[in-house]
Amino acid sequence: MTARYESARGRLPENPNPHAKRVVLAHGGGGQLTDELVEGLIQPRLGNVYLDAMDDSAVFDVSAGRMAFSTDSFVVHPAEFPGGDIGSLAVSGTVNDIAVCGAIPCFLSLALILEEGLELDFLKRILSSIESTAAEAGVRVATGDTKVVPRGQADRIYINTAGVGVMRNDAVLGVNRVQPGDRVLVSGTIADHGLAVMLQREEAFGIESELRSDAAPLNGLIADLLDSCGESIVFLRDPTRGGLAGVISDLAEQSGIHLTVDETRIPLRHETNYAAEMLGIDPLDVANEGKVVVVVRPEAEDRALSVLREHPLGRHADSVGEFSDVLDGLCEIITEVGGRRIVQKPYGEELPRIC
Amino acid sequence: MALLETELADLATTIGRPVKLMEVCGTHTVNACRSGVHSFMPKAVDLISGPGCPVCVTAQRYIDALIELGRRNDTIIATYGDMLRVAGAGGSLEVARSEGADVRVVTSALEAVETAIKNPERDVVFAAVGFETTAPATASAIITAANEKLLNFSVLPAHKLVIPAMKALLSDPDIRIDGFLCPGHVSVITGGDVFGPIVKDYKKPCVIVGFGANQIMEGIVHLVRQIAVPEAQLENLYPEAALSRGNPIAQELIDRVFVPGMAAWRALGEMEESGLDIRPEFGKYDAVGRHGISFGEDREPPGCRCAEVITGRCKPLDCSLFAGVCTPIYPVGPCMVSSEGSCQAYFRYRRHELKSPMARVRVEV
Repeated sequence: MTARYESARGRLPENPNPHAKRVVLAHGGGGQLTDELVEGLIQPRLGNVYLDAMDDSAVFDVSAGRMAFSTDSFVVHPAEFPGGDIGSLAVSGTVNDIAVCGAIPCFLSLALILEEGLELDFLKRILSSIESTAAEAGVRVATGDTKVVPRGQADRIYINTAGVGVMRNDAVLGVNRVQPGDRVLVSGTIADHGLAVMLQREEAFGIESELRSDAAPLNGLIADLLDSCGESIVFLRDPTRGGLAGVISDLAEQSGIHLTVDETRIPLRHETNYAAEMLGIDPLDVANEGKVVVVVRPEAEDRALSVLREHPLGRHADSVGEFSDVLDGLCEIITEVGGRRIVQKPYGEELPRIC
Repeated sequence: MALLETELADLATTIGRPVKLMEVCGTHTVNACRSGVHSFMPKAVDLISGPGCPVCVTAQRYIDALIELGRRNDTIIATYGDMLRVAGAGGSLEVARSEGADVRVVTSALEAVETAIKNPERDVVFAAVGFETTAPATASAIITAANEKLLNFSVLPAHKLVIPAMKALLSDPDIRIDGFLCPGHVSVITGGDVFGPIVKDYKKPCVIVGFGANQIMEGIVHLVRQIAVPEAQLENLYPEAALSRGNPIAQELIDRVFVPGMAAWRALGEMEESGLDIRPEFGKYDAVGRHGISFGEDREPPGCRCAEVITGRCKPLDCSLFAGVCTPIYPVGPCMVSSEGSCQAYFRYRRHELKSPMARVRVEV
């Protein structure tokens, strides 16, 4: 199928066919050009027995039991950034949402919304990134869709993925299981994704940095954790939008139990912290795409921490907080200098500071 | 930190009366709250926020005029992000934008000039708020616009000077302040010497500090040491950035474009020589004349105590709207809107100190 697409390009070497370099509206029209896109670009990378059937739905067998089902749309700007792109994000995001529910992700759907004029080379890069991230996560794209909108009506590419996973029997997760004494672990350095993306934007004052997004599928790490600690793992959540602050303040509020977090234990890269300071943003509020917050019974804390640290995605994991027996639903942080303050869920757009 | 904490407690005992210190910089307010500096303070020592948040001290009439200007079809408003959600008589700039007004958030005055260059058919108005810290950038933008002979750029000026505000607070018998944590950023521009009159004429200790939690705490201890003597001196604990004479290039920029003039402040009202007027030779870059702007009256939102908050008469927690009716998502007053406002800082970091059950109101995102 690749050959057919390549030959279409090859026939017009002197007068380059614009269709062969950029996405045109007809690529989303359901006709021959759509076929060319699907067969030439998508299937060679993502093809499998379910996708290749090209039916209106993917049909597959399920085991008896429960399933997890999740969806997420990705509109990140810019679409490519250090450490990842909208493709790796679209796979990791949905895989992680399924995995933190205690399910084993199996199948994804992939819906592409492309802007007219999008370079096909760019699209190929994104599709290759989807391919490699899906392979890393061990999930298959079982069904998909492509639409093209006129130039200016989308920002290059938007992706929606939905996914299903099979629930593990040994995962009993929920904020209602949180008890006084439980510990809170974070699987690695926070705020890397959000800041790496923000620094790519025009309004970032041209701050140069080595920062890379942490976008990665966490189902392997989470599987290790559940295999080793089972029901001692009480709750899992990936701190995406809203950052670590969103997760820990929700944990305290929804459990009704006071959570004390030690700021000095929160894994944070020096360069991330520096970038956050320059932009006037609290790293606690910044999105992560390859981290998980774990609530674990105190007796399993050490085991969970060593399992996390043995995994390549959890090397910088640390234990950052503990639920006390005060039932006020507040999350309190002990700051670097030993001061105390509460942690609040961020409430929306972060605005640049002016002074 | 433990040493400073112990010394502070000892000094407070020696002084034997309540001590009220004021920080006059939004960044100090936020960093003190965020690092939990308040949890080190003995009961007798109170750190209150002054008029240090540029958005918060901007008079309501200015906000109203800006929003009205934004609703004109041929105009682009270029503004710092913090101004976006401040409520005016007819909604906020954010609301105006959702209804079609062209409002662009910029991170510098020069970005506003670039917007004007890129949009030659539209009139770009830059909302110039801020203290001595942002004034040089506005001046530089106006000079750039003049050099480029731009015809579609102007500035709606609302720059404020810190010293007149501090003097106004000290002249008010209702407000008792024992010492000032002086703003580090402003001092970098103006030089530390500008705080001399506060020490000399008003006999109030002044300490210039940087922005880390340790520096803020150290500044507090230095202030309380002076109060314990008692004496009033100007101390500079931020000498690496704030020179005694400041930044002459920035000062020259301000002087070239602006001249001190009457300014209208929220809470403090109109004060002579407390703001910066655009000099007549740059008059065509003054949006007030260019767009025939007439300012209305300053009507505070009903029930809002921002005016008292920025003059240190009350704390955010004392306002009955705080955290219940007024939240960062649905802000009533500017101190809850601005990321440097003390109401927002209290909301984010110190809401647990609120005794009423309203403190537990869930923040919907």
